[in-house]
Amino acid sequence: MAMTLHVDIVSAEAEIFSGTANMVFAPAEMGEVGIAPRHTPLLTRLKPGEVRVQMEGKDEQFFYVSGGILEIQPHVVTVLADTALRAKDLDEAQALRTKERAEKAIADKVGDFDYAKAQAELAEAVAQLHAIQRMRKQTKR
Amino acid sequence: MAGAKEIRTQIKSIKNTQKITKAMEMVAASKMRKAQDRMRASRPYAEKMKNVVAHMGKAHPEYRHPYLIERPAKRIGLIVISTDRGLCGGLNINLFKRTVAAMKQWRDQQLEIDVAVIGTKAMSFFKRLGGNVVAEAPHLGDMPKLEDLIGSVKVMLDAYDKGEIDRLYLANNVFVNTMTQSPEVEQLLPVIGDDSDKQIAHHWDYIYEPDAKQVMDGLLMRYIESLVYQGLVENIACEMAARMVAMKAASDNAGNLIDELQLVYNKARQAAITQELSEIVSGAAAV
Repeated sequence: MAMTLHVDIVSAEAEIFSGTANMVFAPAEMGEVGIAPRHTPLLTRLKPGEVRVQMEGKDEQFFYVSGGILEIQPHVVTVLADTALRAKDLDEAQALRTKERAEKAIADKVGDFDYAKAQAELAEAVAQLHAIQRMRKQTKR
Repeated sequence: MAGAKEIRTQIKSIKNTQKITKAMEMVAASKMRKAQDRMRASRPYAEKMKNVVAHMGKAHPEYRHPYLIERPAKRIGLIVISTDRGLCGGLNINLFKRTVAAMKQWRDQQLEIDVAVIGTKAMSFFKRLGGNVVAEAPHLGDMPKLEDLIGSVKVMLDAYDKGEIDRLYLANNVFVNTMTQSPEVEQLLPVIGDDSDKQIAHHWDYIYEPDAKQVMDGLLMRYIESLVYQGLVENIACEMAARMVAMKAASDNAGNLIDELQLVYNKARQAAITQELSEIVSGAAAV
């Protein structure tokens, strides 16, 4: 019996492919790798590129990945694909943006948050009114 | 007698409200199904990631990543996932209660807390409470992208790398079933080792390309992100389920109210007719 590999290609948002293959080619960071069954365990990052899965029936399937992690076990290949375009400075910009937003939100006295506060105050006032009404009813009796 | 007309307008307005709550219930039901699908779709990634991290823990690499090393805690990072919109019952309130209880525990241990919030409800809550909010990601919508989370997670991971925080927790609602959502606070960093996979006990290690540090950096960063993403997707499923239940209760209550008012209305109408009749009769008798 021919030896096969189990291949899983998953991204954070969905499972992309799962099945058996004769051979897998992936764009590793240090150059394209071809993985045959009984490959030694390897962990590497992926470059944007194409993952080719050579199926048992000789036909090939192609998957585009924009990066990610490749894990190889002797009979299992796992591609953890990125869905987002990643680069150090891009991530940095994202982080900065969320930080700024938080700072602005805290400094900002108007807008969304006054609304929430007003709502809370309104709820308090309504509760007080209810209490007063109930007291009045009781004293009337 | 209270005017029959007023009761009629009241019934009408309640009926309108009921129509809205019914529509919201149905929308929430269909969105919940989609959210559950997404929850299921993102699970394999997190699980595969967990496997790889577990393998790595077993593999005895020459390099120990700081994310795997426990260190004495002085300051804690907390990521709180809430919904963007209300009308979903006690979902957010329960989560905040659970979070505040956890925060109180940490405060009692003289630990300081940095908070990153996801969702507008958490933002306004911590704004009122006066927590130290370092990052905010509101308005992610019903179909969030992992991209939207990278920023907030990176703020926390950077803080961890620099030693500003020594532990990272995630607070979100966990989807048990449609009727039950349980708020939970769970530790993300340092990564707690999972010893369930006993099959690969013998010594072996990966080949790392280009080297262990860089691969692990990338891997663990994605691992944490995927956990937060999973939490977010799960929270959305919870939101939809909670909203569906809340709106169903509201529709039922509106129905009860309408029934009661209808009774009052019928009585009022009957009384008015009787009164009119007796007036006519007595008028005729007087002539």
